[in-house]
Amino acid sequence: MVHEALLEVADDCLVLGHRLSEWCGHAPMLEEDLALPNMALDLIGAARGLYARAGEIEGRGRGEDDFAYFRGEREYRNCLLVERPNGDFAATMLRQLYFAAFMEPYWRAAMSSADEALRGIAGKAVKEVAYHVRHAGEWVIRLGDGTEESAARLARAVDALHRYTGELFESSLAARAAEAAGVLPVRAEIYADWDRLIGTVFAEARLTLPDGVHMQSGGRAGLHGEDLGHLLAEMQSVARVHRGAVW
Amino acid sequence: MSGDLTHVAEIAGSVPDPEIPVVTVADLGILRGVAEEEGKIVVRLSPTYSGCPAVVAIELAVEAALREAGIEARIERVLAPAWTTDWISAEGREKLRAYGIAPPVAGGRASLFTAPVVACPRCGSEATERVSEFGSTACKALYRCSECSEPFDYFKCI
Repeated sequence: MVHEALLEVADDCLVLGHRLSEWCGHAPMLEEDLALPNMALDLIGAARGLYARAGEIEGRGRGEDDFAYFRGEREYRNCLLVERPNGDFAATMLRQLYFAAFMEPYWRAAMSSADEALRGIAGKAVKEVAYHVRHAGEWVIRLGDGTEESAARLARAVDALHRYTGELFESSLAARAAEAAGVLPVRAEIYADWDRLIGTVFAEARLTLPDGVHMQSGGRAGLHGEDLGHLLAEMQSVARVHRGAVW
Repeated sequence: MSGDLTHVAEIAGSVPDPEIPVVTVADLGILRGVAEEEGKIVVRLSPTYSGCPAVVAIELAVEAALREAGIEARIERVLAPAWTTDWISAEGREKLRAYGIAPPVAGGRASLFTAPVVACPRCGSEATERVSEFGSTACKALYRCSECSEPFDYFKCI
């Protein structure tokens, strides 16, 4: 049960890390072409630690590569937010802000986990994600308080993505078991910090927080949008074609 | 045996960073300790960033340097306590500066809307601006000096 909850967090990090890596060579400017893959590395690094720990707890000999490359989309447990396609730069930055604003307090809380390995992973990730928050926060402000075009694009991104934020605060059965065991932080308790940070950034960005949005969920049960299948097909192709290949 | 372990630590500590070769493992403060366990030498290293591609390169380089000295060692990766730029030695900071990389500013950790004052490693001016939060590697940000107009890397505080 506990290892399944770690896989949820790991899948969030890996899938978003892969999404950010898709920007490599396509970002609107050189600085962002460096920033986005750098953040992807942070996320993939955190995912690796979580997969390794999940495999140890599971005790069936599965490791990082087994979880990342040899599970299908119904077995992936990431939330829907992270699998959303990149869209334009505004959509990517908003998705990044929504996620990083959740993960910073989540990792901070995980630093007092009952699991020593998780405390180690959280202690590193919390410092890295602080830079993700600032980076995404500054961009959302610049775009929202920028030109008519950038503000309109960001507003469209809020319309498209806000409905996926509710799932961040929902705990699956596996997560509830891990939370009860003191291994993972209680997701619902992260909401106040997240809401405060998003509220601050939105105010600076002259963005309106949408009201009464019907939240979408299903990722923790393996019910994903079509886009995750495409992402996995690309991400897993080399490992599946060349089984056991190393470099 | 303690004399031998000091020797092991010296060799491991003198291995240069693959991305910033002017600083060593010892300068960066990533050498967490050496020990002898069941007749085998164990060298403990902390990764700098979770996903830093240099982590494996450093581990392999330390292992190779020790093997060259006739010492078979096992490298152990230690996550906790998490590495912090506070562990970079005073000497390491000076080497970074001389190399053109501004060393981490104490207390300069990321928070929304605040950024540390970073002095230009070339002319020393504090009139600098951040060009990008993420530079050529995850550990660095890109800055520009308004005084001497030089762009430079800043080793971020984590």
